[in-house]
Amino acid sequence: MDRFLFLTLDGLSRGAVYAAFALSLVLIWRAARIVNFAQGAMAVAAVYVAYSVSTSTGSYWLGFLAAIAAGLLLGTVVDLAVMRFVDHRSPLNPVIVALGLVLLIQAVLGMIYGNEFRPAEPPFSRSARTVGGLAVGSPYDLFVVATVAAVVVALAWTFTRTAIGLRMRASAFAPEVSRLLGVKVGGMLTLGWALASGVGALAGMLIIPTELGLHPHAMDLVFVSAFTAAVVGGLDSPPGAVVGGLLVGLLLSYVSGYAGSDLTPLAVLALLLAVLLVRPAGLFAPVTARQV
Amino acid sequence: MSATRAAAPPAGRVAPDTRAGHDERGGSTLLRHLALTTAAAILLVAVSHGLEPFRTFQLATVAAYLCATAGLTVLTGLNGQLSLGHGALMATGAYTVAFCQRAFLDRSIVAGWTLAVSLLVAVLVTVVIGAVIGVAAARLRGPYLAGVTLAVAIVVPALTVTFDGVFNGEQGLSVPVEPPPAALGPYFPYERWQLWVTGAATLLALLLLGNLVRSRFGRTFRAVRDDEVAARLAGIHVARTQVLAFVVSAGAAGLGGALLAVLAQSASPGAFSLTLSLFLVMAVVIGGLGSLAGAVWGAVLLVALPDLTHTLTESLALPPAVAQRMEGNLPLALFGIALVVVMIAAPGGVQGLLSRPGRVLRVRWRTRRS
Repeated sequence: MDRFLFLTLDGLSRGAVYAAFALSLVLIWRAARIVNFAQGAMAVAAVYVAYSVSTSTGSYWLGFLAAIAAGLLLGTVVDLAVMRFVDHRSPLNPVIVALGLVLLIQAVLGMIYGNEFRPAEPPFSRSARTVGGLAVGSPYDLFVVATVAAVVVALAWTFTRTAIGLRMRASAFAPEVSRLLGVKVGGMLTLGWALASGVGALAGMLIIPTELGLHPHAMDLVFVSAFTAAVVGGLDSPPGAVVGGLLVGLLLSYVSGYAGSDLTPLAVLALLLAVLLVRPAGLFAPVTARQV
Repeated sequence: MSATRAAAPPAGRVAPDTRAGHDERGGSTLLRHLALTTAAAILLVAVSHGLEPFRTFQLATVAAYLCATAGLTVLTGLNGQLSLGHGALMATGAYTVAFCQRAFLDRSIVAGWTLAVSLLVAVLVTVVIGAVIGVAAARLRGPYLAGVTLAVAIVVPALTVTFDGVFNGEQGLSVPVEPPPAALGPYFPYERWQLWVTGAATLLALLLLGNLVRSRFGRTFRAVRDDEVAARLAGIHVARTQVLAFVVSAGAAGLGGALLAVLAQSASPGAFSLTLSLFLVMAVVIGGLGSLAGAVWGAVLLVALPDLTHTLTESLALPPAVAQRMEGNLPLALFGIALVVVMIAAPGGVQGLLSRPGRVLRVRWRTRRS
């Protein structure tokens, strides 16, 4: 029972990160109808920036801020310099361009930092604490869950309660009408890319200390897990992404705890296939259909 | 399903198809392809006598890659399904050939035909795996299909480490290959024999693929790619066509992987990483998605570009640490840039630029007007 509780808490902490990353995929999908396959590579690039800043200044938090800033900047650049010019009539084109970006970003990171693992230290202890005989997870787990919760609340507030959020939603759902009403649709699209990439960078910052370390390919499997999370919840649904992320986190935690961590990639693939074959629009699809 | 459909309009064409599908040149397609294949074979034998051993080996590698890129061209260019998992299918072929060759060696069966049997088994096993993935793929569109095949590309190499009792982990398996037959003389260069074997297998595969593309099946592939609803109205079973395209493509990729393993005389997960899958996509896109000739350009590029960047980094006389980082990563960066630039500026790829540019322009102008 103790083990089950431990795995559940671990799974929720992992799932929170997958939720954040899935949310970044959903943000771009809703804004531009593109699944950004380069999101993982972009997040790794932001974490490398944090690594450089942290090692030169000695402060984790300066690095943390630098990663978010780098994420926002990278998202802006990718949209303005590349995605803006892609022919969107075929859904394959943006995917192929994003794959080109993956190759490019990973190669540039490899040229600057080399293709070896670099240590990534968490800012808090990762050993689990118990309060009154109950496991409550490690301080780092609490930090992760709290950060992701804050980001989710902030995003939800931005999109539903602010004028800029309303404009972003409007330009995603009815670009022509929004343009007629004076909304800068292109600017909103770029803002969406920047936000999504910033959230992705945050997710990268949170998950890389719990994995093997920093490496140009460190987010490959995380990307697949987060894509699975986004598909489980439905690519169109931000709440779905959060729930999907937590579900995938729990599943992976149980599989690696009870069956061996080697099997987690296989579990992700099985879950992805199962969801796509049984319910391809995701668990939350009917709700969004009614919202629209 | 409705959301998926809405997300990915059925017109899944990437590049304007420069060949309208019907044969405007007249004559028997089979005869023309046979003549082309024979000419290519004669050329290959002639060239193999003139090249130094390293270049011969490189040419053999091009042939092995060509199998996979041709398969991917049939799937992505002609049927509109993007697969990021062809590296994993190549790995399937490579490991199958490794198991077969080792089984033959264990039973001390030494003969010329063992390699052909192993390659055939590799193709069959990959076809079965491809059918399984293809059945799932036929229900998926656009980014969903890309996501699933990406998962396959990442998971399959990881499996070799998970079940390292069977696949021997990161080390991989060695592939025992026979020396050239004694009839060719005692001093026959091994690389030339490698080129002959891979060249023969690849030409056979290309002949079959070329005929398939020009056949009724090829036309149904293109019909499904261009408009699924119209294809269904014309009596084409869309899902079955998509599975068939995936199976054919997987078989070609399996043969390519098997040949690569025979060339390297080993099958290891490092050789079939996600990067290889992305390389294959890059190769077919840059070569040109419309035709099998584009696959040739792609395969040549896959071998030539790393070689060129190697000469470049050597001539720059960089400090050894920098040179080592450049060595593996510079080709990757160039491939990435090329992929982005080609996709934005010239979706027809090299072949599209070379063949009938006027026709490409006309098609583009027409689509822009509509």
